[in-house]
Amino acid sequence: MTLDSKVPEGPIKDKWTSYKDKINLVNPANKRHIDVIVVGTGLAGGSAAATLAELGYNVKAFAYQDSPRRAHSIAAQGGINAAKNYQGDGDSTYRLFYDTVKGGDYRSREANVYRLAEVSSNIIDQCVAQGVPFARDYGGLLDNRSFGGVLVSRTFYAKGQTGQQLLLGAYSAMNRQIARGKIEMFNRHEMLDVVIVDGKARGIIARNLITGEIERHSAHAVVVGSGGYGNVYFLSTNAMGSNATASWKIHKKGAFFANPCYTQIHPTCIPRSGDYQSKLTLMSESLRNDGRIWVPKNMEDVLAIREGRKKPTDLSEDERDYYLERRYPAFGNLVPRDVASRAAKERCDAGYGVNQTGEAVYLDFASAFERYGKEQAKIHNIKNPSKEKIIELGQAIVEAKYGNLFQMYEKIVDQNPYETPMMIYPAVHYTMGGVWVDYNLMTTIPGCYCIGEANFSDHGANRLGASALMQGLADGYFVLPYTIGDYLADDIRTGKIPTDTKEFDEAEKEVVDRINFFVNNKGTKSVDYFHKKLGKVMWDKAGMSRNAQGLTEAMAEIKAIREEFWKDVSVPGEANEMNPELEKAGRVADFLELGELFAKDALVRAESCGGHFREESAELDGPQKGEAKRNDKDFAFVSAWEYKGEPADAVLHKEELEFKDIELKQRSYK
Amino acid sequence: MSGILNSSIGRKIAMALSALFLIFFLIIHLAVNITSLFSADLFNELSHFMGTNPLVQFALQPVLVLGVIFHFIMGFVLEIKNKKAVGNISYKRNNGAANSSWMSRNMIYSGIAILAFLILHFIDFWVPEMNHKYIEVLPEDPTRYFGELQHKFVPIWRVAAYVVAFIFLSLHLMHGFTSSLQSMGVSAIRKKFYKNFGLVYSIVIPLGFIIIALFHHFNH
Amino acid sequence: MSGKGMNLTLQIWRQKDANDKGKMVDYKVTDISEHMSFLEMMDVLNEQLVNSGEEPVAFDHDCREGICGMCSMYINGEAHGPDRGITTCQLHMRMFNDGDTITIEPFRAAAFPVIKDLVVDRMAFERIQQAGGFISVNTSGNTQDANSLPISKHAADEAMDAATCIGCGACVATCKNSSAMLFVGAKVSQYALLPQGQVEAADRVKNMVAQMDLEGFGNCTNTGACEIECPKGISLDNIARMNREFMAANIKG
Repeated sequence: MTLDSKVPEGPIKDKWTSYKDKINLVNPANKRHIDVIVVGTGLAGGSAAATLAELGYNVKAFAYQDSPRRAHSIAAQGGINAAKNYQGDGDSTYRLFYDTVKGGDYRSREANVYRLAEVSSNIIDQCVAQGVPFARDYGGLLDNRSFGGVLVSRTFYAKGQTGQQLLLGAYSAMNRQIARGKIEMFNRHEMLDVVIVDGKARGIIARNLITGEIERHSAHAVVVGSGGYGNVYFLSTNAMGSNATASWKIHKKGAFFANPCYTQIHPTCIPRSGDYQSKLTLMSESLRNDGRIWVPKNMEDVLAIREGRKKPTDLSEDERDYYLERRYPAFGNLVPRDVASRAAKERCDAGYGVNQTGEAVYLDFASAFERYGKEQAKIHNIKNPSKEKIIELGQAIVEAKYGNLFQMYEKIVDQNPYETPMMIYPAVHYTMGGVWVDYNLMTTIPGCYCIGEANFSDHGANRLGASALMQGLADGYFVLPYTIGDYLADDIRTGKIPTDTKEFDEAEKEVVDRINFFVNNKGTKSVDYFHKKLGKVMWDKAGMSRNAQGLTEAMAEIKAIREEFWKDVSVPGEANEMNPELEKAGRVADFLELGELFAKDALVRAESCGGHFREESAELDGPQKGEAKRNDKDFAFVSAWEYKGEPADAVLHKEELEFKDIELKQRSYK
Repeated sequence: MSGILNSSIGRKIAMALSALFLIFFLIIHLAVNITSLFSADLFNELSHFMGTNPLVQFALQPVLVLGVIFHFIMGFVLEIKNKKAVGNISYKRNNGAANSSWMSRNMIYSGIAILAFLILHFIDFWVPEMNHKYIEVLPEDPTRYFGELQHKFVPIWRVAAYVVAFIFLSLHLMHGFTSSLQSMGVSAIRKKFYKNFGLVYSIVIPLGFIIIALFHHFNH
Repeated sequence: MSGKGMNLTLQIWRQKDANDKGKMVDYKVTDISEHMSFLEMMDVLNEQLVNSGEEPVAFDHDCREGICGMCSMYINGEAHGPDRGITTCQLHMRMFNDGDTITIEPFRAAAFPVIKDLVVDRMAFERIQQAGGFISVNTSGNTQDANSLPISKHAADEAMDAATCIGCGACVATCKNSSAMLFVGAKVSQYALLPQGQVEAADRVKNMVAQMDLEGFGNCTNTGACEIECPKGISLDNIARMNREFMAANIKG
């Protein structure tokens, strides 16, 4: 099978418009005879479900939580990008497109990214019309902030809860359709397989998580918007329930899985405090605007701090190593996420981590207090202010900017970040890889679509801040509803898809057998035991920096864990009841396969790009010594993996990436 | 109107309206009674006016009685509905004091105490009054009121009952005053001005009645 | 950072399914670090139960950072436990002492039936939103430019404050009347404060209140407990605003 990305011909800025003009449409009277299943109801799935229902399709939407508004899109803090150019600072569709491709280290598909930039403005209009309370300035117009090292202010935000507000907006649009009966909402349901009839996706098998009942649902198309797979690492900033099961099931039925190794590791998260840790908490990247990152210069001080004999504030400037400022004088503490994360890991691996686990660095606001304090003293005309007064004035400014984050930090860590530096450590945050889709967002299974974080297309090897929300809503509101019509136009005479066919029988049997295996296995180890073990291998060998040896080991180790899992996992309770352990077992089983494919993909990609850093592919000398080195000659392609049973046997298909509108450049932050 | 009473907010508003009416009535009632502390004549004059003015007797008095009855019945209706909303299983451990005042959580009990008092109060004053005027139709004596008042507060048990009842009234008002405003759409519960005003009102009014009762007990 | 952990007795509501009567069951956990979150302590208990072949305690949770609104425990007599401005997942064990007995119950209300153990059905909230918690605008992308409708910063900020509600149900759980007015008030307010919401304002408040009553939530008696226990600090002003909106809607007819 050869991959066809189906990117339309023509100049990049006209592709989407002229394509939309030519694709097939479904007549409104026929839409009501067509059913669409949407799995996952976060920003992508929720917006898609609402729009498809408005268009007239019968939508069945599935969420594992008790309501769509609980999807993890809700946790996005910072904002959403859009090329509105409201600030008049030179923003444009092209510039957003360019920033996104460059930020993705030239590993995304140009045409998709341009379309994303193009529809970004519509998202803001749409959300405002829906009543999303974006931040405004005193003139009543929308406010913007700048984000993640781009040169313009294009990020729209709603306090620190932009994801929440956008999700509630999409959910309100869904609610309108649920009330009309156009969306049938299946809360607390989990998709456990896709059903393929005559080569097309025609339904799913789902489990009712309250009763344990296995249900068959048919439709003319299946849309998967079930999010990323960051939880393959066990510890991540994802929600506890975030999982790859829907994506993985369609992969096993024929959908290629692209670039699994592209993971974003976010530098400013709250460090782990112990082995019991269940998840990690992100703090906005904006903290790096005012905080300075350091570890002690001398090992004695590190040990003294760990043992409580010294406090970080006892160390003089000479005894501190501001390693980002040292290594990257031009960008300092504001290097991109992947660079900052790797630098923190490098120091901690060398033994300089400042907490009990040895995995934490300081993020220090002391100099910001002083800088702002002096500024304030001038503004308020205070002559010869005392040091205390300066600090006090400065802290007030920092509080106004980051007060909620400081408070959150104090709640979790029980240390006052105004008095002692914060501790931070990188954590898995977002996965750029995902199910391979063409320009229509269709997977390699006809009639099966994949949107949002679950697909691979727009962020390349690294995602810029505030563009995850943009992509989710763009896919759901403005792209999929058009492209799916082109496919469904052939289905107007198909009629209802029956569920009493052998394809459904087989899919259901597979699901039931697996559930029965789990509840009857009576092993000796909990699901979490295996999940944590997998997470440790992933983090150690396929984490922030990777090498061939580690990845080869990781593949073998994950395979071994998987085999042990299938022998010895213990799932208490029954199949026909609410059983959270059973739910976890199914998800971890899939992670145990995905993890190995992840390592395999990372092994094949013998270059460093974006979030994927291969130790073998670094600059050997010159001013960039030790930095990531991309290899466009050999690796300017998308790795799309075809399932063949064991993950190690997966077959690689390459989609070559062509850059006609952007010149490829090596990134430098020195 | 019945349509509105079928909704939770409608009932809430109706409850608040009757409460505000009674809050207003208490001021009038105290204003009349307080005159008994310094002028028997003035007290008699005002009482006579209230007792014989047809507008007061045949328009305001029925409204008052209905208002009182409505407020009580609605209070019980709400309590029953709320019990149903809470369901059959209650918390094994519930720390209500952590998030709300005793007064706000026990309006039904302070209300029942006030109801018990009102029955006594009606038997003491209103029933003889109705009897005097409309059943036995005794000759009207415009100076009888002060003596009757003094006479009632001779027994210490009655004075004690009144004092206790007014303490409950005070507790009831401490929540009821701001609560009724809040129900009417005024954000009163957390606003300093309304809170302070409500507090002063809910202390001053019952205290006034207590002083009157004690005064007449010790000065007859 | 102390090395020794806490030993605790947990009294937890166990109920097999909606039809089961349910009862409180005592469990012991040992060596609990003060830096653990409350739910991590529950994970420890559950791991312990799984390893001894018992069914773990079912409880709702997801994001574990205080925004999804899934977690919903009534701890020591308070919704989301003794700390303020947080959800259960943000509660930390340092709020407790060695030797404590901690009572853990599900959020209770007739409109929130228990599904299993500490998991309750909060679908009533969803149905209230479906009754009118939206602006009837199609997601066509042909809406007017976002800046063609200026909205005062004050109104936008107030709407945002109302919109921060995470719909966890702590307000209902903590209310002595199981009233949902803080939740509904917040939802009504968000739209009432914005010009986009004006067109449907009267119908919205009437329909949402009618659905709220239909679900069997109680009558608000303004105790203010909901506001104190609300993890997002949703203000009682939203209830007052809803009352005004409701009166205005009914007077207009």
